[in-house]
Amino acid sequence: MKFGVVVFPGSNCDHDMIYVLKKNLGQEVVTLWHKDTHLHNVDIIVLPGGFSYGDYLRSGAIARFSPIMDQVIRFAGRGGYVLGICNGFQILCEAHLLPGALLHNPSHRFICRNAFITSETADSLVTAATVPGKALKIPIAHGEGRYFAGEDVLRQMNDKQQVLFRYCDENGRVTPEANPNGSVQNIAGICNEGRNVFGMMPHPERAADPELGNEDGKAVFEGILQTIQP
Amino acid sequence: MKYRAEITVMPLKALLDPQGKAITASMKNLDLPEITNVRVGKHITLEVDAEDREQAWQKVETACKKLLANPIMEYYTFTMVGCEDRSGKK
Repeated sequence: MKFGVVVFPGSNCDHDMIYVLKKNLGQEVVTLWHKDTHLHNVDIIVLPGGFSYGDYLRSGAIARFSPIMDQVIRFAGRGGYVLGICNGFQILCEAHLLPGALLHNPSHRFICRNAFITSETADSLVTAATVPGKALKIPIAHGEGRYFAGEDVLRQMNDKQQVLFRYCDENGRVTPEANPNGSVQNIAGICNEGRNVFGMMPHPERAADPELGNEDGKAVFEGILQTIQP
Repeated sequence: MKYRAEITVMPLKALLDPQGKAITASMKNLDLPEITNVRVGKHITLEVDAEDREQAWQKVETACKKLLANPIMEYYTFTMVGCEDRSGKK
């Protein structure tokens, strides 16, 4: 399968993503510069984490207008798969490819630590290889990770199983105490209505290499490999 | 003609504003407990070339809607120097 990892000025998780996709999962990866206007026939686009444009104005707000985003939006509109991690999730929300927005953490602090998340459904590209209700330990690293959406939008998302991951404790229980950043309904990851655009704040690429002692994040990528037939 | 816009972007009233909350709490340390409900937004100034004030206003409105404010979390108002004052929605 051919992955395209988009690099914006200020992206800093692009190399981790490329490493995991190539070395740990043996996939073909092309790097897409934010000024590129060609997607090189990739099967899935990944927007990695980082601080695109220094997080100026709002996280992801300026990257959303990078030249490549026109192509990403068209690709998604044709049903193409797009995954945004952390800053990539913020960019996809700013681009209106995903509902809602990511606000400052209530603590107004940058949080960098392991968090537990559990999938809500196995009916999606990124959760296909997960067991709903089982906790996955995956690092988070963000200052603006408080997911927010209006009540009507949340209702629709819950009805259509667009909430893919929620923060939980180590036993998979979704509790207010297990919510690290004040996200509404503990939401950590979502998809669009068409189920081809995905966003999550936790970093599965930071937990997918045996050398790191935690491979819980690998399930996200294994789901992708199981589901897409190039 | 060149116009100058003064734009204020504020977090929606229904949303928690952690910065404003922290500043509100610090008012007690200043012996100013009478000051409450501090909210922190952004002040943006810009210049715009336009044929007339209506066109300038439309361009600023577009910039606010598309980039400067995210309506899911923020609202904006602006005034234009050299034009009659006009405000955005809300």
